Amino acid sequence: MPIDWIWGLIGGLLIGTGGAVYLLGNGRIMGASGIIGGLVDGSGWSTAAERVVFLVGVALLPVLLMPFYGAVDTHITDNYAVLVAAGLLVGVGTRIANGCTSGHGVCGMSRLSVRGIVATCCYILAGGLGVVLFRHILGVI
Amino acid sequence: MARLIVAFLAGGLFGAGLFVSGMTDTTKVQGWLDVFGAWDPTLAFVMGGAMIPMAIAWLIRSRRTTSVTGLALPPAPSKEIDGKLILGSVMFGIGWGLVGLCPGPSIASLSYGGSGLYVFLAAMIGGMLIAPMLRARLDRAVPAE
Repeated sequence: MPIDWIWGLIGGLLIGTGGAVYLLGNGRIMGASGIIGGLVDGSGWSTAAERVVFLVGVALLPVLLMPFYGAVDTHITDNYAVLVAAGLLVGVGTRIANGCTSGHGVCGMSRLSVRGIVATCCYILAGGLGVVLFRHILGVI
Repeated sequence: MARLIVAFLAGGLFGAGLFVSGMTDTTKVQGWLDVFGAWDPTLAFVMGGAMIPMAIAWLIRSRRTTSVTGLALPPAPSKEIDGKLILGSVMFGIGWGLVGLCPGPSIASLSYGGSGLYVFLAAMIGGMLIAPMLRARLDRAVPAE
């Protein structure tokens, strides 16, 4: 089994443990788009402190782990048009669908939520078709 | 205070998991979606790994009435499959595939994502700002029963 897969599994276990802590500790579903979106559109300002502290944790731990890894490259595209289009689609889409990979994917599917399963099928299928279209047919990414 | 500690701990575990699993590397995410290219199954291991503690947590949740810090636990999931769920997820999926970033990793890579990440984040926040308007419009187009 390639080392990347093992790290994927370990990382997944950490992500799931985070979700378990958030659920059993605070009664919340760990959905990144909902936590960010609630701060952005004001719908979650009553729990703003909790959301901000959560996001600080998300951003901070990679900083603390970085010294053990050396250089980390996100390989993010430098095509600004693609970045803007993708950001808008992710922002609008996750808020209309009320969830993303963490909320619908990890938290929803693990409780066999029909909405979580349908959403996950939709975004994986759309993502896969998108990559085929934009990479292999149009060649823009 | 306890709730903030829980939130920080949960966020920290989430961020650490995204980092060590390689999910902030956009090529790994696009590699998973690109079934006609050099397909990379790492994301399936991440998802599968995350399901295990989460499924256990849902089992424990069914035996409890409140969370450890005394807050209400989430109700049973809605079963309603509406147009917003499908349309939103399809939009999200296309954006996810275009750059290889979803909301969680976009925050996890804040310190090392560079200017490309900031452009993506600014657009994502913009999208989140216009989403409530669009949601209301969709609700008017297809009134809820």
